[in-house]
Amino acid sequence: MTDSRLDEVARLFLGLADAELRFRDELTLVISRERILDALTRAREHGFAVLTDLTAVDRHPGEPRFEVVYLLTSLDPPARLRLRAPVPGIDPHLPTAVEVYPAANWLEREVFDMFGIRFAGHPDLKRILMPDDWEGHPLRKDFPLVEEPVQFFGHVPKPPSAIIPKTPPRQP
Amino acid sequence: MSALARETIVLNMGPHHPSTHGVLRLMVELEGEVILHTEPVIGYLHTGFEKEMETRTYHQNIVFPPRIEYLATMIEEHAYVLAVEKLLGIRPPRRAEVIRVILAELSRIASHLVWLGTSAIDVNVTSLLMYCFNDRERILDIFELVSGQRMMHGYMRIGGLQWDVPGGFPERVGQVIDEIPRRLDEYEGLLTDNLIWRERTEGVAVLSREDAIRFGCTGPIGRGSGLNYDVRKAFPYGGYEEYAFDVPLGRHGDAYDRYLVRMEEMRQACRIIRQALERLEPGAVLVDDRKVALPPRRELVRSMEAVIHQFKLVSEGIHPPAGEVYAAVESPRGEKGYYIVSDGSNQPLRVRVRSPSFNNLQALPVMIFRNYVADVVVAIASIDIILGDVDR
Repeated sequence: MTDSRLDEVARLFLGLADAELRFRDELTLVISRERILDALTRAREHGFAVLTDLTAVDRHPGEPRFEVVYLLTSLDPPARLRLRAPVPGIDPHLPTAVEVYPAANWLEREVFDMFGIRFAGHPDLKRILMPDDWEGHPLRKDFPLVEEPVQFFGHVPKPPSAIIPKTPPRQP
Repeated sequence: MSALARETIVLNMGPHHPSTHGVLRLMVELEGEVILHTEPVIGYLHTGFEKEMETRTYHQNIVFPPRIEYLATMIEEHAYVLAVEKLLGIRPPRRAEVIRVILAELSRIASHLVWLGTSAIDVNVTSLLMYCFNDRERILDIFELVSGQRMMHGYMRIGGLQWDVPGGFPERVGQVIDEIPRRLDEYEGLLTDNLIWRERTEGVAVLSREDAIRFGCTGPIGRGSGLNYDVRKAFPYGGYEEYAFDVPLGRHGDAYDRYLVRMEEMRQACRIIRQALERLEPGAVLVDDRKVALPPRRELVRSMEAVIHQFKLVSEGIHPPAGEVYAAVESPRGEKGYYIVSDGSNQPLRVRVRSPSFNNLQALPVMIFRNYVADVVVAIASIDIILGDVDR
């Protein structure tokens, strides 16, 4: 995207954005979580019809610890815009974007599952990728990357020798 | 009787069911044979690729993308290296870009062929599967020729390619793309006017253009619903702006339109490859930047500097500037993107895989609302999900 087009997009969010970042021809607007819904609504009204992605970044041990990132796409003319909402590490929560972009439903569930960020007002906020009784949020930086025991519910896996019993070698 | 007729039942499909093309579980609420409510349950193939990629260097991560989406492997690698190249602000040499386009389009054909064979078998057109796999094998032979591997290539490098393609590559590709359109004619002869195929797909799993936008559906799902969005046209990458090709669009948004869109996409992919073969000129296939790409072998025996560069790159890896980028490609399933956040160290702070299958699957309950339960199989086939891509 050209600089003039980026200027044009950034001007739509005057008064809403706290900061404006440009890197490799991509525009990122930093918006506080109280105003993120207003910003998303305004973006949709100005042609950014598709919520392409919604994810989070954990900057542990930095503070504010989390950033929730919305990637929006305008189809005609083609343009991209990234909105970033900082969220503190203690009691991380945000308003849900499901009302504005229905695609946010599963994406917010994934962010909740992986980072433990709650989306207030979400219709069905529960884990999506990890098992329901999983403890912790795997994509947090303080979640260790270690070997997990294999998950089998209601059944203890047999060692191979229990399936094919060992017999003494056949005598010639 | 009236109380009985109003009762609904909940049917559990999957997670192991041949028609789900992986491990997908659907909880379907039925009134008789009509679907009232669907809840997909996913996560059975979650392997934590994003977490793994945060603990490795940029170069080591090249092996993960083809494992996330195992049908369009070259396109996956392309998406990842494009994101890192954007982060570094470099562009690979022209020859490397042309070869990448050829391999990516071959990958698209291979992926669509698997889709065609498996979705035909889902509606009991059993003869097509082996034909499609046979053609796909010709394409995998080419991948083996260039990279040594049929599927998990690891052939693309940050700033270019691992090595140049061997002799005879253009001829082999030429043979395949001459053959594919003829074979597609044959398959269309089997399906396009096939009574069973049309009965099973026309008017089934309809998704309106508005719903496609609301749920972020891309690829043949969006285009089948008339949504004119192709990443290659909207946000050209890797030299795609130079190639002439058409983006096929559907009108009804049903499974049959998606079939037509994919068939046309395969023909367009052949068209792109033909243009790319003409542009294949001799030259380097890796950038000449010692902070990014490994020095050539012959330099290692002569220059101490080259040895130091090699050692630093292999042991420590690349240090991109701090920042965040998003690079997307058009995969056979839709917009595939990598969002990489760098803090200036040799490992990414965050790698996010924007997977098209995840968003497309989210629209499944809307697609099959008030359809018959037998159509669920057709709907899942027409979305062409890769569960590895959904769950990552």
